[in-house]
Parts: sequence; structure tokens; C-alpha cells
Amino acid sequence: MQHGKYRFIVGFLALPLLIYAIFVISPFVQAFQISTTEWSGLRGAAKNIGLGNYDKLLHSDEFWNALRHNIVMLVLVPIATLALGLFFAFMLNVGGRARRGALITGVRGASFYKFVYFFPQVISITIISVIWFNIYNPDPHDGMLNSLLGAVGLDSLQSSWLGARSIALACIMVVMVWANVGFYVVLFSAAMASIPREIYEASLLDGANRLHTFFRITLPLLWDTVQTGWVYMGIIAMDAFALVQIMSVNMGGPDGATDVVPLRLYQTAFRDSQFGYAAAMGVAMLVVTLLFAVLTMRFARRERIEF
Amino acid sequence: MTTETNAVEKLPAAAGRRSEGGKSARTTHGGTERGVLNVFSHGMLIVWALMVGMPLLWVLWSSFKSSGDILSTPWSLPDRLHFENWSNAWEKANIGKMFLNTLIVVGGSVTGTMVLGSMAGYVLARFTFPGNRVLYYLFVAGMSFPVFMLVIPLFFVMRDFPGIPLLATYQGLIAVYIAYSLPFTVFFMTSFFRTLPTSVAEAAMIDGASHARTFFQVMLPMAKPGLISIGIFNFLGQWNQYLLPMVLNQDEDKYVLTQGLANIALQQGYEGDWGGLMAGMMIAMLPVLLVYFIFQRQVQAGLTAGALK
Repeated sequence: MQHGKYRFIVGFLALPLLIYAIFVISPFVQAFQISTTEWSGLRGAAKNIGLGNYDKLLHSDEFWNALRHNIVMLVLVPIATLALGLFFAFMLNVGGRARRGALITGVRGASFYKFVYFFPQVISITIISVIWFNIYNPDPHDGMLNSLLGAVGLDSLQSSWLGARSIALACIMVVMVWANVGFYVVLFSAAMASIPREIYEASLLDGANRLHTFFRITLPLLWDTVQTGWVYMGIIAMDAFALVQIMSVNMGGPDGATDVVPLRLYQTAFRDSQFGYAAAMGVAMLVVTLLFAVLTMRFARRERIEF
Repeated sequence: MTTETNAVEKLPAAAGRRSEGGKSARTTHGGTERGVLNVFSHGMLIVWALMVGMPLLWVLWSSFKSSGDILSTPWSLPDRLHFENWSNAWEKANIGKMFLNTLIVVGGSVTGTMVLGSMAGYVLARFTFPGNRVLYYLFVAGMSFPVFMLVIPLFFVMRDFPGIPLLATYQGLIAVYIAYSLPFTVFFMTSFFRTLPTSVAEAAMIDGASHARTFFQVMLPMAKPGLISIGIFNFLGQWNQYLLPMVLNQDEDKYVLTQGLANIALQQGYEGDWGGLMAGMMIAMLPVLLVYFIFQRQVQAGLTAGALK
């Protein structure tokens, strides 16, 4: 019996573990090693330069420019996405008018809204990028957004969007928010559904309005989910690769205004063949991501409320 | 969700009390405030639905327009149905070939992920042996590695792999997709198998079934709801995978849909065959839309499952 058990365990774990070790664990370890070399990718031609790549990284304006954009995204995109997600989820679950004797109701058609909002989650980032590329088309007559603004008499708001240095990054962030709000609406709705209705009803009877209800009841009870959602969204904000690559002017332009670390890494490795330097960027990304996750967990910690 | 709210049709007494005497001042105030808020919040809900829904519908109707019309009058409906966009996309733009490639790769990798992921998850959830925890955390740690950090070494692991060509091959992409889906799949299936009762498996063992037979004929059928959720999750994630094929699959004959469409989009700028591109995007979306329409609930539950844990 014991013998059979261990043979079974080994038999079931061997293949998954092997594939995982070859394609995930070993690259993870090698990334650190490659980052200490100067390497154009030729077999056996890597030159060890210690921390030289990291030194170069710390003094590279290009890298800091890209990292600064990622950090701006890391701060703004989760705030906007989670705020909208919470607002819509609250409206869908608690926002309806009292009807049929129930004090607390969702709005009509809640599941339809969720169906639509969640849509961008299931389609590929390539398609999202192409769609928004057309929305942001700078031509005042051809561009979807520009022609819409023109049609309603807001010509003054027309812009070259991704071509304008000052707002190009904001345009990219809007797409990230647009694509991810639905995920959080569904996530927070599920979490809100598990909050007992009696709590809401009690607060309503005590005269609390919906603003109070939201900040005093819903938000504290959802805090754990919000925190997880924040980390998820931060990781997405560290990426932005496909959006910038496909949509932005000259990949990361105009004039570096939308450049992000993943795009820098990709270009450095697969266009310039500086694999050691690019690997150092990868390690830097790991550090930033972990730092972000730890800080979030540290500062967002509240006393857990059981219900 | 709606069933949830309808189920709570209690407290009619409380509702009645609210509208009568005593606190009337506060109630009326609350009432108008609610009314204004309702209009505002409902308006917001509708605006957001349009903002999300319109661009997606736009792809659909643009796929029937001529390229010139897509650009010059982006909001107009098609003058006639340009079905040739779809056939152009399928044949000339090679979307048909890419569709087949994607189907082969994702078919293989989803199957592989499900089989290997549930095998590993089952063993880690149900058997105590030295190193169990270590292996579990090794798998789970993979969820926090940035893929960008891994793709550079991964490229060389694939290039220098002894014996089997892996770069720009079906088998290479399938293996990588499986490897990168395992962390979440193992994490999910382990916690799922832990929730299943042990008694059924024990009964099967007493009846003389082997460990393997117990797994395939008793435990897997019991785990079906979990398998569906994680299967949809993996299907969507792998169908829409972008970075890995960009780096590891640079042979145009082997292009999958996401990278192929990106390639077309990157090359054409604001001129070129937009009708074909729109039709191509529709073709690329169809399987996903199909899954989403049929399994809406499971898709939403499956994709958010990780964050709810």
C-alpha cells in the first residue's frame, strides 16, 4: 500500500513538475545570472560584468522615464478602476429603488450590465488596442472620438490624443481602466452579495443615506477584496506592453511620452540583442512588483471584520 | 444576482413603517435624494454600458464596411454588407491559417494544463509526503513572477533545448502555455480537491480501485464544477495570450491570432485593409464570444475566482 502510494505520487507529479521546472523555474533562476553578463545571445559568448548592468540601469534616463510612467500607472490606474468598480457594483447590488417590499435591491437589469461590463475581459488585448487606436485617430473628421466631439459641438475638446505628448499616457491609462472595470464590478458584486441584507436594512432604518451606507458598511466589509483587487490591478499596470506597442506613436512615443519598462525590456532584448541589460530590467520589474505588493499589504491592512 | 435580491422580499412591515409618521421629514428628504441619485446612478450605468458596448459593436458593423468608409465615416452603418472582408481576411490576410494554429496550440495546451494541473493538485491536496508543502509553494510562487523577466532566459531555454525544436513549433508553444498556466491551475485545483469529501474515494479504495483509477473515475467526475471554471479560465487566457507567442513564435507560418492581428495592425497604420482587419478581429473573437455567451456565469466566476480566495 505504502509502496503503491509513493509510486502514484511520483507518477502524478513528475510530468507537471518537469515542465514547470524547465520553462518557469529555470528561466527564473537564469534571469539573475544573465543579468550579470554582457551578452548578445551567442552561445558561450556571455561576458561576466557583475553588477554593471544594474549600474547602467540606475544611470539610464530612458529606463527611469519608462519606470516613472509605470509608477504613475501603478498609482492612478488602480484608484480609478477600483473606484469605478466599487461604484458600479454598489449601484447594481444596492442602488435600486425600494420595490415589492424589499428595501434593498439592485437596479433592474443588473446581470445585463455585468454581462456588458465584463466583455473586455474576454477579448484579447490586441483587439482592444486596435479598437482604441481607431477611437483615438487624430483626424478631426475621421477619428471616432474626434468626430463624435465635433458632432455634439465640442470641437474645442478635439485632440490628437496619442499624438499629444501631454495626454498620450493618460489615453493609454483610460484604455486600461476601460478594460478592467468590468472585472471588478463582477468581483465586488460577488463579495457584496455575501454581505447580509439585514445590515443594510438596519442602517437604512436608522436613517443612513446611501453615501453613509457605502462608506460605513460596504467598503469596510469589502476591504479584503479591495486589497486583493488592488494588487491584481497593480500587476496589470506594470505591464501595459501590448497597448503601448500597438497604439502609441513610434512605440512609446511621441518622444518617449508613453514608454513603459516592459516595452524597453522587449526592445533591448529582441531588437538590440542586449540580453544581459534586458534581464537586469526584468529583475528590476520583479523588485518593483514585489515592493508594490508588500507595501499594499502593509499599508492597507485593517482589522478583519467577521460577518 | 437578481434572484438574490428578489429572494429578500421580507420586512414589509419595516418598509411600511418607513413611510409613515414620526420620521417623515427625514424620510421625504431621503426620498428626493434617492430619486436624484437614482437618475444619476442609472445614467452612469447606461453611459458606461454604451462606452463598453459601442466599440465592440463597432468592430462587428465595421467588418461589413469598406476600408475607406471605416476610416472616413467611422460611425456610419455599412452602405452594403461587404462580405468580401471576411473572405479576404480568411484567405489573403492568412487569418484562416492563424485560426488553425491557435486552435491546435490552445487545444493541446488547455487539455494538457487540465490533465497535469488536476493531477498535481490532487496529489498535493490529498496525500501527505515529505516535501508536499515545498512543492505546493513552488507552484504557487510562479503566480508572482513577472513573465517579462522570464521571457529572456525562456527564449534561450527553448532555442538550446536538446533534441526537440521548440522555438516557433506547436509542441514548444503548447509546453510553454501549460507551464505558465500551471501555477494558478494547481493552486485552484488543490483548494478544490480539499473541499471534496474523502469518504467516496475511501470507499472506492476499499472496493479495490487503484489510486490512479480512483482519481480518474471517482475524483475527476466529482471535481467537474472546478474543472469547468478553471478550464474556461485557461482557454480564455491562452487564446488571448500575446507576449509568449510574440517572443517564442516568430515564424509567420506558425503565427497565432493575437500576434498575427497585431502584426497586421502594426504594419498598416491609418491606411491599409481595415475591413479585412475588422473581419479578422471578429473571426478571432468568435470562439471566445461563443464561450462567453454560453457560459457567462461560469466565465465571470472562473475569472474572478482567484481574487475571491
